[in-house]
Amino acid sequence: MSSFFKSINDFVDGVSPSEEKVKSIRHKKSKHHEKTLLERMENDLVSGKNKKSFQNVYNAMSIILALIIIGCLLYTVSFLPTYGDASNPANNIVSGRYIEMGVKEGGATNLVGNMILDYRAFDTLGESHVLYIAACTVTILLARLKSKKEEDEEIADEELYSHDDKHDDILRKGALLVVPAILMFGIYVVINGHLSPGGGFSGGAIMGAAFILYNLSFGDHSTEKFINIKTYKTIIISALGFYAIGKSYSFFTGANQIHSIIPNGIPGNILSSGLILPLNIAVGVIVALTMFGFYSLFDREEI
Amino acid sequence: MITVEALLIIFLLLCAISVCVTNNLLTSLVIFTAYSLVMSIIWLILESPDLAITEAAVGAGVTSILFFITLKRVNEMKDGKGGDANE
Repeated sequence: MSSFFKSINDFVDGVSPSEEKVKSIRHKKSKHHEKTLLERMENDLVSGKNKKSFQNVYNAMSIILALIIIGCLLYTVSFLPTYGDASNPANNIVSGRYIEMGVKEGGATNLVGNMILDYRAFDTLGESHVLYIAACTVTILLARLKSKKEEDEEIADEELYSHDDKHDDILRKGALLVVPAILMFGIYVVINGHLSPGGGFSGGAIMGAAFILYNLSFGDHSTEKFINIKTYKTIIISALGFYAIGKSYSFFTGANQIHSIIPNGIPGNILSSGLILPLNIAVGVIVALTMFGFYSLFDREEI
Repeated sequence: MITVEALLIIFLLLCAISVCVTNNLLTSLVIFTAYSLVMSIIWLILESPDLAITEAAVGAGVTSILFFITLKRVNEMKDGKGGDANE
């Protein structure tokens, strides 16, 4: 059985079966912290004779635990109603109303965008806040408390992790051509979110990828001219605040049956569909800056 | 003759199994990116272009970059100089 897995291993790694028969992952790990938990348990708790039986017991227990979990999940799934039954809660009149009255009430021809930013805007509000909280959590986890002697180490670290000394000409010339195109495409996807597929999240991810490419090819000094910690904080907080205030107005007027002053416009124009266009822009900007923030947190441990 | 959908799903299964089975970390990263690409095509076959755009942008663009950076940082902190991914 183990030779079968080893042949699959070799096939995936591109190693022909004749050479390196001795190559196995257990021989190479000599340091203590690199071994898996199983190996550490074996070496610390169990002597040489009992290793084989311990391994068999471990394998059997893990298979039994997996089977128990599978059994519980299947039992729970069996309570679901039959797929496509006419009396399911998923087949009531709500989806019909979204499709028929969507363009008239929301004003957007992209029904998906209309639903997530007009009918179910409360969920999207929560999602944007969750994205922001995730970015804050990662920043807190990766933050270092700087003492005085650590600042000397930090200068050495910056030389190790900075991209400033790598002048790659091919990358720079290629990025000069490609980054504006990606940025324009991202802005197009965001702004046309209510007319064609796309919307805030997709366009934001594309713009974030453009920023990452710019940072990788031009270094930190050029990037810090337009994205640093101050612009990050300002733009994200103002975008979230605009979303909350703008949509609260819609919630207020909708709940109290007051006629709202935001026009719906003619469907098919760019400046139509009420609040959906500004909200798309806000969501796109939040997602783009969050993607770039995650990248620079992983890379430099600060934004 | 099997349809395109069935071929793509079989390829997905093979990708998912071989990500766990391989020893080399760099190989598993590349296979993960291929998995994300095939997933994006399947979203398009299932008629949801929003999800296809998002999966392509996030999977091929951002997630792969983050994984590569993590790999580089882990190797550097262990050796002090750049080692290859297979320790």
